[in-house]
Amino acid sequence: MLETLWFILICVLFVGFFFLEGFDFGVGMLTPILGKTDRERRVLINTIGPVWDGNEVWLITAGGAIFAAFPGWYATLFSGFYLALFFMLLALIGRGVAFEFRSKLDNPKWRSLWDYVIGIGSLLPPLLWGVALANLMRGVPIDESTNYVGTFWDLISVYSVAAGVSIVLLFLLHGALFLALKTEGDIRERARSFANKIGAWTSAVLLLFVVLSYFETDMFTRNGIMPGMVPTMAGFALISVPFFLKAGRDGWAFIMTGATIALSTITVFMALFPRVMISSLNPDWTLTIHNTSSNEYTLQVMSVVALCTVPLVLAYQAWTYWVFRKRVSVRDHLDY
Amino acid sequence: MEAVDLARWQFGITTVYHFLFVPLSIGLAYLIAFMQTLYVVKKDEKYKEMAKFWGKLFLLNFAVGVVTGIMQEFQFGMNWADYSRYVGAVFGGPLAVEALVSFFLESTFLGIWIFGWDKLPKKAHLAAIWLVAIGATLSALWILSANSFMQEPVGFELRNGRAEMTDFFALLGNKQLWVEFPHVIFGALSTGALFVTGVSAYKLLRKQKAEQFKASFSIGVIVALVASFMTAMAGHSQAQHLMESQPMKMAAAEALWDTTGDHAGWTVFAWIDSDGKKNSMQVDVPYALSILAYNKLEGSVPGINELQAEYEAKYGEGNYIPPVRTTFWSFRIMVVAGVLMIVLSLFGVYAVARNRLERFPRYLKWMIPAISLPFIANSSGWIMTEVGRQPWIVFGLQRTEDGVSPLVSKGMVLTSLIGFTVIYGLLLVALAYLMVRTIRLDPPEETGHGDTGPRTVKPDSQDPLLGTL
Repeated sequence: MLETLWFILICVLFVGFFFLEGFDFGVGMLTPILGKTDRERRVLINTIGPVWDGNEVWLITAGGAIFAAFPGWYATLFSGFYLALFFMLLALIGRGVAFEFRSKLDNPKWRSLWDYVIGIGSLLPPLLWGVALANLMRGVPIDESTNYVGTFWDLISVYSVAAGVSIVLLFLLHGALFLALKTEGDIRERARSFANKIGAWTSAVLLLFVVLSYFETDMFTRNGIMPGMVPTMAGFALISVPFFLKAGRDGWAFIMTGATIALSTITVFMALFPRVMISSLNPDWTLTIHNTSSNEYTLQVMSVVALCTVPLVLAYQAWTYWVFRKRVSVRDHLDY
Repeated sequence: MEAVDLARWQFGITTVYHFLFVPLSIGLAYLIAFMQTLYVVKKDEKYKEMAKFWGKLFLLNFAVGVVTGIMQEFQFGMNWADYSRYVGAVFGGPLAVEALVSFFLESTFLGIWIFGWDKLPKKAHLAAIWLVAIGATLSALWILSANSFMQEPVGFELRNGRAEMTDFFALLGNKQLWVEFPHVIFGALSTGALFVTGVSAYKLLRKQKAEQFKASFSIGVIVALVASFMTAMAGHSQAQHLMESQPMKMAAAEALWDTTGDHAGWTVFAWIDSDGKKNSMQVDVPYALSILAYNKLEGSVPGINELQAEYEAKYGEGNYIPPVRTTFWSFRIMVVAGVLMIVLSLFGVYAVARNRLERFPRYLKWMIPAISLPFIANSSGWIMTEVGRQPWIVFGLQRTEDGVSPLVSKGMVLTSLIGFTVIYGLLLVALAYLMVRTIRLDPPEETGHGDTGPRTVKPDSQDPLLGTL
């Protein structure tokens, strides 16, 4: 019972992470693309300046929650996906300091160096998360003693790369729509037209990924051929984005990419449940919420803490977005 | 070298590196919160300028602290999978609570503080920096409760082939935690305080913004004295607790091979022969170790050889002796650095109280390199604590060699070890450069901006506001 609750809670943390950090990964990737001048790139960075760090904590917390609630999952996942995690950590490290360091020197070479770091540092994590999630759903070689016995290259396949690319595209779209809400003038127009252009591609690649999932995973066969309500709604939300954009309803368009991200994440977790890492070698060696979880008492304590703190966190993070609701423009005083 | 050794090096390097920034962040957060409180209460712009200036350095430092902290959380899974499986049901708890309670608090309100100067009422903005400081302190509390479990496991039972948590409040009430936490927090305050005094001394010597930096120096040096003295007191209680919980670490820190007589002397210096299990030469202060261990002139302290025999009887055959030389010398380096911190800040408080700071330019000059003292003490203190616990990863429960990820190859650990070390090294250079520059260029109106590079970034050069951050 509590194991299921924690599985759901970890899903919620990933939804929070992908929804929030999703747009600031998107903005990071778009900074070198949409920002024509240094001043414009600073505007782009400043739209996420006050919030990106708080957004990243959703990932840190998801990691901590997996450790506390499912130590067996934590151990196998992070020792198994070792090099992928290594690259993701380097990307997150570089990107995090880049925001702080970039504006401190007025040297164009210095700034363009950090622009690259921001761009690549925002591209790699979603790409690698896509690869990781695809492998979680498809199954990876896990042996009897619950250790991952494959290599880094075993994680790379058409299927997993398709997942990575779909997440990258989805975050680019999400980021562009966030910028449409948070900037004005030229930059805003550029962000909107970028969102228009990329929207169709995103839908196409995501559809390809869903088709591939039919052949690569058991998510359809396990639950019957009909995709459930959740992924269907995710699809409709994504398709609605260009219509909202055309109608000038940027806010709704952003909510719809957010809904796509949230519903897709939930779909992945539903496809897994109650498994957390599928063994491709032997179904008996699959890791589930039951054979990887902490003891009952630990889960009880953690549940109390989580149920007290998560609503509070949501409240003060929402307040932050309210405080910084104003659009950022090239005429503003820019902190980053 | 085996994978376990590389994994240990990686943990050591990334943790010591991470902990260069953490104490400075905690210490500076409190000092800045205090300065900004003075601004809000006294309505004196000087204090606002102070908070903003130290805030710039704080943010540079905080950024590196945050990103290197991400690595810390995932490293247990990457390199220490069997450790995570064995104690995760206990150890993971405080880590998750740390993220839920502290990381969200500090990072969200830090964003509000950086960007909220003109967007929030003064008091709400002041509250933000206090919440950052409190968040950082709570973060230390939770991570130290996890570390204390490794030093002195409590609140668990061995069931289903692993350690399972049975009492969360025992983890929080761990005696080890309540000697370790004050030591770390006061150490962090001294780190921030000596950083402030050192930088202020530099500015005072250059006669820049004398009034502002004199105020900073005074606040810094008073906090430095109180905090470094309290750190020493907390350290003393920690050493005494060590006698009960990990006497082997104490014996190694003293290079004490054989149990002492009733009056134990403190070894100032020793030539340690770990293979021969003896010291070929040593200089002792009589009675001092008995005082250190028990607050009394008498009391025998058990030696390494006796403890080794005792542990063999208890835990089976094996080597239970930590690297003696490292434990011994890191302890002494920490103590010497700590004593220097107390002496230097004592003199500073005297000079400030008599309003004679300008008369001691040589003292001010010394205070600049003295910035390094708390960093040396922090690092060597952790090296002593963690190396002195070896061969255990969790004392009495699991050996370090049994905690490593069984299937992660040497090559993979080496790749990430080299990768992180190189990136961390580059970050340190960039950070030091930016900090020195920020310190030199304040006040900005004297130097303008863009003096290090060609002024090709046109839109910025036209903006009078841009030099400020």
